[in-house]
Amino acid sequence: MSVNGNRQLLEVEDLVVQYAVARGLIGAVRRTPRQSVHAVDGVTLSVRAGELLALVGESGCGKTTTAQAVLRLVDAVSGTIRFEGREITRLGARSLRPLRRRMQIVYQDPYESLDPRLRVQATVEEPLLIHGLGGSKAERTERVRAALARVELSPPELFLDRFPHELSGGQRQRVAIAAGLVLEPRLLVADEPVSMLDVSVRAGVLHLLNGLRESGLGILMITHDLSTAARFADRIAVMYLGRIVEEGAAREIVRNPQHPYTKALLSVVPRRDPRDRMRPQILSGETPDAVRIPSGCRFHPRCPVAIEECRDHDPLLRRPHKAETPEHRAACILA
Amino acid sequence: MTGLLEVEDLHVWFDLQDGGELHAVQGVSLSVEPGERLGLVGESGCGKTTTALAVMGLLPPSASVAGRVLLDGEDILAGGESTIRPHRWVDVAIVFQGAMNALNPVRTVASQIVEALELHGRARGAQARAEAGELLESVGIPAGRGERFPHELSGGMRQRAAIAMALSCRPRILIADEPTTALDVMVQAQILELLDALCRDFGLALLLVTHDLPVVAQLCDQGTVMYAGEIVERGSVDDLFHAPRHPYSRLLFAATPDLDGEGDEVASIPGAPPRLDRPLAGCPFRPRCDSAFSPCASLRPRLQTVGDRHAAACHLNGVPAEAAR
Ligand SMILES: Nc1ncnc2c1ncn2[C@@H]1O[C@H](COP(=O)(O)OP(=O)(O)O)[C@@H](O)[C@H]1O
Ligand SMILES: [Mg+2]
Repeated sequence: MSVNGNRQLLEVEDLVVQYAVARGLIGAVRRTPRQSVHAVDGVTLSVRAGELLALVGESGCGKTTTAQAVLRLVDAVSGTIRFEGREITRLGARSLRPLRRRMQIVYQDPYESLDPRLRVQATVEEPLLIHGLGGSKAERTERVRAALARVELSPPELFLDRFPHELSGGQRQRVAIAAGLVLEPRLLVADEPVSMLDVSVRAGVLHLLNGLRESGLGILMITHDLSTAARFADRIAVMYLGRIVEEGAAREIVRNPQHPYTKALLSVVPRRDPRDRMRPQILSGETPDAVRIPSGCRFHPRCPVAIEECRDHDPLLRRPHKAETPEHRAACILA
Repeated sequence: MTGLLEVEDLHVWFDLQDGGELHAVQGVSLSVEPGERLGLVGESGCGKTTTALAVMGLLPPSASVAGRVLLDGEDILAGGESTIRPHRWVDVAIVFQGAMNALNPVRTVASQIVEALELHGRARGAQARAEAGELLESVGIPAGRGERFPHELSGGMRQRAAIAMALSCRPRILIADEPTTALDVMVQAQILELLDALCRDFGLALLLVTHDLPVVAQLCDQGTVMYAGEIVERGSVDDLFHAPRHPYSRLLFAATPDLDGEGDEVASIPGAPPRLDRPLAGCPFRPRCDSAFSPCASLRPRLQTVGDRHAAACHLNGVPAEAAR
């Protein structure tokens, strides 16, 4: 596989995804207008081949919906999604089919995502059968073995005949990744890939993703864990209420955050070293729901430094004054 | 120095369906002093929850228990339910793992606390309602919110309600089992701040059970590291991080990424914990250990003192004879 560090694999521009919310009985009786949730409300991001982008934010902020839209599992209301240079935002099922195998997803919970009745061999082979790939039975088996070797489940013979319940959590997640890799995708979306795993085995799965990235795969990793993002991502995009509020090189975001939300999030991450006592800047409340998005800057009601103007001015992502790297962007009028 | 709560050589076995037996807790000793915060950490399945439930006398019938649980010096396990009931919730209370998802869905949060107060004979009627309001306020749930049903509250608010419920008899010791595990980092910070404030303001002692080392590092004074049903190291959180005396503690910290540790070699620990339904020979951590040597295969290391309030169960710290001095 050729590694092309500069080629954009995935480009998302101004993506908007809405869900209709049930009005409930009272709403229906009163004929209140049907409301919709702007789950994703103007997201722009990109992933290059050989790059790992971490999308971080609290639950409900739109991370998973963004991923689902990218994979065309939910439809965008507006905006564009480009994959390998080609716009796929509105491609129909038939034209999508050959693209699907080039973008794969790994889910959070390997206990749920693997079919308990299928042995490892069948689990990893299934995507080949679905896509009518892999040639003869023998050729498919060869590809299954290769995929298992790539996720470091070796020798493959030791795992092919096992059922999910005979595997540890880390091994199950590796099987799930192998089932994604067997189709040789270019983009892997990993939705909280280690959050269900024991601390002692998380690093192994993350190193594995890192190795895949080095071999040219583009990875969009969704995580709520900033420590993991800081250590394993090339770039970090911080999401709040359907928008990306800050984005840049992982090191830059961690060391030189410019958006008040990013600063607060970083301040509450518990450190390993007890001497490194946190000075947490605890925001009150939880992410407000996306049905009632605040006016102006959507973060202003919780923002510790908001000024009058923030109530009605909706800030765009732009290069902050104190940026130390060219790609750094923040959506705050004070940054 | 007598602890408020002392657990001595606690063992728990579970009868299994297939007739076998699982030795979930294998000789755990720990002590919590008034107002102290002790963290109990380890990978899932190492016996943290079982230890906590044993202290509360709340294990299922399939469990057999040996050892002592002393409260102010009195063995509360000695007489079974009759010796433990006067102390359960009253002196020692627990926020169960997953408690925020186990609130009664058809009762408002406030009425569930009123029920708890009445059940324990703490208060009745209007007074119980007033007290419930106070309790809810003390955990950061504004008065009116208590009149909501659990599903109308956010995860963080439900966890606060679960904590309020545990505090209804004003216990001296609170056991919190994975209290922040399913929460977002900002909500986690809010709950940790609450636990911190409860300890400070009410002199509550805390036994914090979690798999998350940084949470213990930040909130607790003392830490206890469990592996395969036993304690492999205990000490101040500072000693555990800066001067660990058991390879498992060291490797566990090394497997945890840190925000500032961008150059760190974050490495997982190879292998998996041993099964507890068969006897263990030698050191239970040996197959995963990076420093094992000959005695580790045959001799199970005992927990020995290695410093001030610091103990570890590892042959690297010297031959047992030396520590027996
Ligand atoms: N009711 C039970 N019956 C049989 N085995 C159990 C039961 N509860 C826990 N165990 C076993 O006891 C061991 C310790 O479990 P637990 O105390 O839940 O660990 P932790 O809280 O550290 O994750 C595990 O091997 C677990 O499978
Ligand atoms: Mg537990």
